[in-house]
Amino acid sequence: MSAPTTPLTTGTAGGTTTPRRRRRGPRTWLAALPLLAFTGLCFGLPLGAIAFGAVTRTDQATGSTQVTGEHLARSLQGPYLGSLTGSVQLSALTALLGAVLGVLVAYAVATSRSTALRSAALTASGVLANFGGVPLAFAFIATAGISGVVTRLADLTGLGWNLYSFTGLTVVYLYFLIPLMVIVTVPALDGLRPQWREAARNNGASTWQFWRHVGLPVLAPSLLGGFVLLFGTAFAAHATAAALVGGSVPLVTLKIADALSGNVLTGQENVALALGLDMILIAGLVMAVHLPLQRRSARWLR
Amino acid sequence: MTETARRTYAAPEAKGRRRPRPRVWRGAVLALAGAYFLLPLLASFVFTVHVPGQGITFEAYTRLLAAEGFTESLMLSLGLAAATIALCLLLAVPALIAVRIGSPRLRPVVEVMCTLPLVVPPIALVTGITTVLRWGPEHLSRTPLYQTFLAVQNEKFPVVLVLAYTVLALPFVHRSLDAGLRAVDVPTLVEAARSCGASWPHVVLRVLLPNLRASLAGAAFLTLALVLGEFTIASLLGFRPFAVWIVSISGAQARMSVAVSILSLLITWLLLLALSRAGTPSTAAAAPATSRKEP
Repeated sequence: MSAPTTPLTTGTAGGTTTPRRRRRGPRTWLAALPLLAFTGLCFGLPLGAIAFGAVTRTDQATGSTQVTGEHLARSLQGPYLGSLTGSVQLSALTALLGAVLGVLVAYAVATSRSTALRSAALTASGVLANFGGVPLAFAFIATAGISGVVTRLADLTGLGWNLYSFTGLTVVYLYFLIPLMVIVTVPALDGLRPQWREAARNNGASTWQFWRHVGLPVLAPSLLGGFVLLFGTAFAAHATAAALVGGSVPLVTLKIADALSGNVLTGQENVALALGLDMILIAGLVMAVHLPLQRRSARWLR
Repeated sequence: MTETARRTYAAPEAKGRRRPRPRVWRGAVLALAGAYFLLPLLASFVFTVHVPGQGITFEAYTRLLAAEGFTESLMLSLGLAAATIALCLLLAVPALIAVRIGSPRLRPVVEVMCTLPLVVPPIALVTGITTVLRWGPEHLSRTPLYQTFLAVQNEKFPVVLVLAYTVLALPFVHRSLDAGLRAVDVPTLVEAARSCGASWPHVVLRVLLPNLRASLAGAAFLTLALVLGEFTIASLLGFRPFAVWIVSISGAQARMSVAVSILSLLITWLLLLALSRAGTPSTAAAAPATSRKEP
């Protein structure tokens, strides 16, 4: 990997260095057609339905459709607004905690010399980051729920602990957010070359100065990108919260599920669509921040 | 600056004086992390086998196979996973290879199409899907399309879930395959194979795919994990695959639902280990010694 090869053998994976144009005939794009058609249909159609339903009202009696802003307005009022802010608060808090703790763990893993520890930690992170959802909720109910093992042993209830609350959800979410941060940041930490540290030290920089002027600027895109990714993951999480609190904590995903699952008044479906559109906009913002940051950090990881 | 000057001046000694590596600090961080991540698993296991006031029993595990709905929901999930993996790979592999060899201008299009689903949370996608499915009875009840709408929502094998899961899995599949293809010099391989007289299917199946084995396995595993654990879309569309079944029994059979959760984690764990082994032979992926052996 790190063995320096002769600079002459630059990879021509793109095949761009050959001056002669490869004429393959115009048929290769046909192979990409099924994918584009599929995403257009199975992804574009629901998206269109969300956008259309969120800004129109169809009169059942006459069948006429008018453009209206009322669904979006309603999705930003009262309990719906509360659920949106609740989700944003929970996501921001868990993403911040997860990012900080994840970087600590990642640094401990990246600076260790034991390959066994490294691969075990990365494998475990890969598993645990995917261990969101239902099984995670039940593992925590069995651990720290009302009749959970640790709750009984340590008398957590006497200490004011409640798993089915904002605090409880934070602890549960960290279980899959910290490993996600580890996965994202270990490659970046590996990209911090020891030569830079030596160069800094030889130029008389203190540890603090090294981190302040070299380490953190190089890591910043990865760390910020990781934080944003964690935020998006926590924001979109539904299964864990549904299996755990079921509605006692106001979260936008739970509100949408309520509005969809039938036991609602008419016209709720459109509010659900409007809430979905709100979520997509927030998640889109998150990705718009994350992807350029990821590209920036990739520069140093060659 | 005096500090700097002094340090530069004392450089010869400073070189000899190695700072002790912060072993204590690292050990503390890793120990705390290990405790936090292992405790719920161990506690869950204790929860499933220890009934307060009765002692140790393994009933939660032994009665599992006979539990109502367990096999059906697991089979449904595995079937859905197989179909999703097949559809994902059939769509993504030709497209990505085509982008590499003949249509580089399509590359950003394919990339955007494959990463966009990351932006849409599953719960928002469900709202769109339910709306689309409601159009069936409302507008298409007189057309042959209506039969299609009914067919994709068949209880026994809901095709609509396969389509939704494929959309969700595409970003992961794309990332995995793209990384694999980046490591292979596709145009050269294709040119070599073609000039030796290989047909196009032969090139793809016998030359390119063997080079992508690890990333294909990675894509397949991620999709499998996604489908086995997916709860949101299935439950809101009213189907009952594995994750939905776990929630549905949790009220009456708390112990069993936790037992199934542990088992599903262990299965995921083993799959990932098998995957890291199936990768390049040169990887010295030391398997973490799991001392917990389930009977």
